[in-house]
Amino acid sequence: MALSYDDVVARYEPSLGLEVHVELNTETKMFCGCATVFGAPPNTQTCPVCLGMPGALPMVNEKAIESTIRIGLALNCAITPKSRFARKNYFYPDMPKNFQISQYDEPICTNGYLDVEVETDEGAKTFRIEIERVHMEEDTGKSLHVGGATGRIHGAEYSLLDYNRAGIPLVEIVTKVVSSTGKYAPEVAKAYVKELRDILRSLGVSDVKMEQGSLRCDANVSLAPIGSGKLGTRSETKNVNSLRSVERAVRGEMIRHAGLLDKGERVVQETRHFQEDTGATRSGRSKEQAEDYRYFPEPDLTPVAPDATWIEKLRSELPEKPSVRRARLQALWQVPDKEMAAMVNAGAVDLVEETVALGADPTKARGWWLGEISRLANEAEVELSSVSISPKEVARIVELIGAGELTDKLARQVVAAVIAGEGDPDSVIAAKGIKVVSDESSLIAAIEKAIADQPETAEKVRNGHLPAAGALIGAVMKETKGQADAARVRELLLGQLGQA
Amino acid sequence: MSELVRKSAAELGTLIAQGELSSREVTQAHLDQIAQTDSAIHAFLHVDVQGALAQADHADKSRGESNSPLHGVPLALKDVLAQKGVPTTCGSKILEGWRPPYDSTVVAKLKDSGIVILGKTNMDEFAMGSSTENSAYGPTRNPWDTNRIPGGSGGGSAAALAAMQAPLAIGTDTGGSIRQPAAVTGTVGVKPTYGGVSRYGLVAFSSSLDQAGPCARNVLDTALLHQVIAGYDPKDATSINAPVPDVVAAAKRADVRGMKIGVVKELSGDGYEKGVADRFAESLAILESQGAEIIEVSCPNFKFALGAYYLIAPSEASSNLARFDAMRYGLRVGDDGARSAEEVMSLTREAGFGPEVKRRIILGTYALSAGYYEAFYGSAQKVRTLITRDFAAAYEKVDVLVSPTTPTVAFKIGEKSDDPVAMYLSDVATIPVNLAGVASMSLPAGLSEGLPVGFQIIAPAMRDDRLYQVGGALERELHAKWNGPLTNQIPDLQVR
Ligand SMILES: [Zn+2]
Repeated sequence: MALSYDDVVARYEPSLGLEVHVELNTETKMFCGCATVFGAPPNTQTCPVCLGMPGALPMVNEKAIESTIRIGLALNCAITPKSRFARKNYFYPDMPKNFQISQYDEPICTNGYLDVEVETDEGAKTFRIEIERVHMEEDTGKSLHVGGATGRIHGAEYSLLDYNRAGIPLVEIVTKVVSSTGKYAPEVAKAYVKELRDILRSLGVSDVKMEQGSLRCDANVSLAPIGSGKLGTRSETKNVNSLRSVERAVRGEMIRHAGLLDKGERVVQETRHFQEDTGATRSGRSKEQAEDYRYFPEPDLTPVAPDATWIEKLRSELPEKPSVRRARLQALWQVPDKEMAAMVNAGAVDLVEETVALGADPTKARGWWLGEISRLANEAEVELSSVSISPKEVARIVELIGAGELTDKLARQVVAAVIAGEGDPDSVIAAKGIKVVSDESSLIAAIEKAIADQPETAEKVRNGHLPAAGALIGAVMKETKGQADAARVRELLLGQLGQA
Repeated sequence: MSELVRKSAAELGTLIAQGELSSREVTQAHLDQIAQTDSAIHAFLHVDVQGALAQADHADKSRGESNSPLHGVPLALKDVLAQKGVPTTCGSKILEGWRPPYDSTVVAKLKDSGIVILGKTNMDEFAMGSSTENSAYGPTRNPWDTNRIPGGSGGGSAAALAAMQAPLAIGTDTGGSIRQPAAVTGTVGVKPTYGGVSRYGLVAFSSSLDQAGPCARNVLDTALLHQVIAGYDPKDATSINAPVPDVVAAAKRADVRGMKIGVVKELSGDGYEKGVADRFAESLAILESQGAEIIEVSCPNFKFALGAYYLIAPSEASSNLARFDAMRYGLRVGDDGARSAEEVMSLTREAGFGPEVKRRIILGTYALSAGYYEAFYGSAQKVRTLITRDFAAAYEKVDVLVSPTTPTVAFKIGEKSDDPVAMYLSDVATIPVNLAGVASMSLPAGLSEGLPVGFQIIAPAMRDDRLYQVGGALERELHAKWNGPLTNQIPDLQVR
């Protein structure tokens, strides 16, 4: 019988440690000139350097250094005047050199923090997450295990290796131990990864797509009895591929640890893999015998010594912090807290901002993105930003409604068609022959017919009972196959019935 | 033997440029010499007959467009440098059959200068050794006495020069692998300043020590080749972005008047054979008579050099050689469909590496492991700093330092095979140079009981020109005395 979460947090204090790996979106790899296009055919983006050919040597990608320093600055870190690359030695088939060029005791950025806001029982509360280090390293290749039931290396008939990813620049962002979150640990973890993702996106340094692996989170969780002042043994959960999973993984591990501790058992220090379908974690490699990576300074590279004036220039050019920007836009658009939160959660802020920048009214723009388009995105089970309609197209639709050339109902048809790939709003309208009925004589005829068909309803309206008009308007809209402008119908109808 | 093969590279280059000789004739003469002598010497692991002749023909066609003094002149390349499409084994079974898909920067520069690459020369496996006995493909023999070693690791390149198989060769030097073979074969070899020649495409043994360099039978030829291969390379982060000193002009000037030459006190005395010490003293007397001032200098930390070297080099090697895992190229053992990748890696490395390579991988792995790093690798790096300071202090007083290149002449094949430490001592005078990254030359000083003795000159970093200035002066007098290069005195060299 699984423990309830409330029961766990009543007795145990969680500690977190979060390691986030970010693939930078540089055009070329970390140490060679190979391209980094996602999804290219296997082994087509490789060269002697990233294949670890004998004699080949690495050269540092300056753009990757710049991106890493910008990340460090955005996370309030100190930039190390002279940092060094180190070799992390271990054997694995998808590691071309059987060592990874990484950073060890001299990372490029250290000692930063990130403030995140979480909704608590006492209202919104800010938690400061301290950042221990931000360092650079190269990604490994990918193994594809063919045959066997699990897709894992054991039991596979053979394995295929793809080195396209080998050498893609990775930045690892490691927090210090995060304690005193109490029961909000899962929410804090999620909020941290989300805020970090938003910062990275605003910096433009990564695609930050968790589902494609360009942002990966490892969550370290440990529990200790409340008041013990100790740190428990931690587990490290990998394979956490969405924001929701971050929260689920932390909560799940807290419950699992508590179950073990309650029974007087020991938590094993190990790597665990998050299972997206069950929300549980599966045991991986034990870390009880700490692997010895035999780190030593990379002799093929010279230290990274960024110029102080360059760092200051990068600092001065940092974009507005996402949290600051959100506050500014909320005030500008006069959006209530709850709606702003909804917009943030749906990932609609950028989209609305762009739509507004193209001339749309903020309320209308927000209405479309959070309403109909979000509904269609949910139906298709994709993120709002992945729906194939652009802010420009939404702005045009809002414009057409304002000009009376579309009704809300017709506009919904246009939105659906644009998303279905039938073209931009104007060509959809042209192709489908969509138009608002504006020939008032035919409208008046339809109104007269409705009044004649429902004399009692018409009488109620004449007597000042305005809500009854809805039935008549509905009949007119039905008669005109929805192409009439409902507002104009109402106007004309009330005029006919002496209520204008 | 065609008399052509005794000519210097400079002379051949001039004759080719003037149209007196074709590169094809010159190349063919050297290929013939290899064919006639290499069964006795075994300097080459791979002779690229077709490739060399094609390059020679190309050189003959493009003669008019080149202003390279070595255009069309053939060269022997140590098998540790990648040459596109040509087998590159590093003397190891683990790379058998590998043909690099790219040219090392050194090879690209050779090709750009119209130099013809005859083939790949034998070496101790992954450049680990001082005798070329550690080659997985059998030892190279010293042309002075085929029962003796030609030095190592670059014994193949040095023996090829001595056996008149090539007028030029490329070596690499991690702890003496260019200079010690040059010394024991009576040839000239230079380890340039670390970062002076690109390491791109040089299969790494110890990245912070490895350096490719020029080898020939005289100082000027060595300088001409040095000029070709040196210079900044954007593909090598450790290469120095500064102008190459004019080594050719220095070799031609060959004037030591007013120079201060420091004799390293710690590189003499016990352990140095009498014949070696005598030739060294005679060379000093020549330099003094030419107007140099000879000063004794102490470098107290040199005594720690060998120990530091045998921690740093194996540590880096243990990591550099990790890539030989059967996954992408080279040997693959045990891939029967039932074994895991890890098992195949392990079986391949067990079968593919020789005992000396395994010894150093184990040594290096241990030195880098957690808990030992500071005591071993960390201390060795501190020694390195101290040795660099010793050099800096010495160069406050003198322009160059000198010593015998090796304590002894060439020893017999098999003599030290079972005693790695005795073997390691062959490099006691050459190793401090690599630890400090400074430049050094070995050139012949004469014979001891019929075997060559080497004279070592050490110049500050990026002052490689001084090696040639001093070496050229000494050589001028010695060649006058010997009536030509020392290698002309090799007995029983196959002559037809
Ligand atoms: Zn590449």
